[in-house]
Amino acid sequence: MAALLFLYLPIIVLVIQSFNTARYGGSWQGFTLDWYRQLAGNAPIQRATVNTLIVASVSTFFSLVLGTLAAWVLHRYKGGLQRLHYLLVYAPLVIPDILMGMSLLLLFVQAGIPLGRGTIIIAHTTFCFSYVTLVLIGRLQDFDDNLIDAALDLGARWPTIITRILLPLLGPGLAAGALLAFTLSVDDFVITFLVAGPGSTTLPVHVYGMMKFGSPALVNALSVLFMAATFAIVLTSQLLPKEKS
Amino acid sequence: MKAGGGDGLLKRRGLEILLTAPSLIWMGLFFALPTFLVFLIAFRPADPWGGVGDGFTLESWARLGNPAYPLIFWRTLWLSAATTVICLVLAVPVAYWLARLDRGLRRWMLILVILPFWTNFLIRIFAWKTLLHPEGYVKELLLFFGFSDAQAQLLYNPWAVLIVLVYSYLPFAILPLYAAAEKFDFSLVEAAWDLGAGRLRAFWSVFVPGISKGLLTAFLIVFVPALGSYAIPDIIGGTSSEMIGNRIAQRVFTDRNLPHASALSALLALAVLLPMVAYLVQLGREQRRLRKEGGAE
Repeated sequence: MAALLFLYLPIIVLVIQSFNTARYGGSWQGFTLDWYRQLAGNAPIQRATVNTLIVASVSTFFSLVLGTLAAWVLHRYKGGLQRLHYLLVYAPLVIPDILMGMSLLLLFVQAGIPLGRGTIIIAHTTFCFSYVTLVLIGRLQDFDDNLIDAALDLGARWPTIITRILLPLLGPGLAAGALLAFTLSVDDFVITFLVAGPGSTTLPVHVYGMMKFGSPALVNALSVLFMAATFAIVLTSQLLPKEKS
Repeated sequence: MKAGGGDGLLKRRGLEILLTAPSLIWMGLFFALPTFLVFLIAFRPADPWGGVGDGFTLESWARLGNPAYPLIFWRTLWLSAATTVICLVLAVPVAYWLARLDRGLRRWMLILVILPFWTNFLIRIFAWKTLLHPEGYVKELLLFFGFSDAQAQLLYNPWAVLIVLVYSYLPFAILPLYAAAEKFDFSLVEAAWDLGAGRLRAFWSVFVPGISKGLLTAFLIVFVPALGSYAIPDIIGGTSSEMIGNRIAQRVFTDRNLPHASALSALLALAVLLPMVAYLVQLGREQRRLRKEGGAE
């Protein structure tokens, strides 16, 4: 229970502070919604939010396609090629963000690719892809391969097998993978910070700038909105009916 | 899966390569190649426009001899090691407690543990900055109980960085430990009690070794990212608590010296490789042990 308190204390204080009149936190000086009102008319924040959502949607799509294919291949085939494949897909999971951001920045600089939304999407797809594969491989392990062999024996073709057997059974796994990829993309700061160019600022990068140079109270209010959105997504996904086993 | 004749085998092999190609090429292009570039560019000279020059030089490596660096490397190492130890010590009892709850309650408790992990980590760091701020609540509390004087600075020192590192990585330690504890057979602990072991001894000699694989994973996923910390020391720490990550970012953004940043990154990559190899070796040993025990039964 103490651990839970430790995990939630800073968040609770943050929420309280977002309604505090005092500009720099500290003692309570009265309730206000002023900080939220200031956020509503803030054009750079709105631009960053839109950009974040575009980047997250595109990266989620790409990483879902790549991740599904990779998980399927890794599940279905074994051997030398797959060992290399496995290593390449899993390595990004344990590499610190700063290293991944740094190495991608060098690649883009060396290849002469201008930094912007495109480079952010490439970077996000790369790390989301590993997580999607991880989730889907877990699902495929519970999957009965005999279903496919039976369908093949009965004369079904691959398009039918994919639409009638694989997608319905892997649906919850795909949804979980997509949700994870989307959240990771929306949340990423370090990698985005390194590979973002002018005009392609995402929300976390913008928030970072505000933390360093802006009003702390405004950051609090923005954080509360950000958290409320993530919590809503996570709770909805938890309340969705679970896959029947 | 039917192999058929040699022709079918060849076709199957071709299909495998075709299906593997997209992800293999993607990861080769955007993961393996960039990682190789880090090591390559560390040996290149910097050009005056913030780019990378031609030819090869050891200049960036020589610059790592700067007396400020050993101190930063040492700080990075001890902060990461301390974070890992504290996270494991805190997470093991939590995993034990979670795994012993009944199913319905456990699911909600698990969500409660994971939920902070879904909030943006910058926000969590900033929340701590607010807490530890000179006018923040922690300071007021300490003053109230007389544990601190009015001049004490809670922010911008390595201890503040350590607290926030532990806070940020604790869920990463809890999850693999919980996954291991969930599979653990608690009748073994009860057997130890029946045989006269105290609660603490049963916990330490039966439960902890039983979740060793989870401990190993938790060690890896806390220690490795901690080594590469950037945002936490940057926001909470200030100049007296910089870690390698801060120096890499400074070389990129402040003086735009990419080869120097690469040399630092290469060093960090080597530092990260070591615990990973240790993890794989230990995992292999663990699996051999399990196989042997399984074979003996």
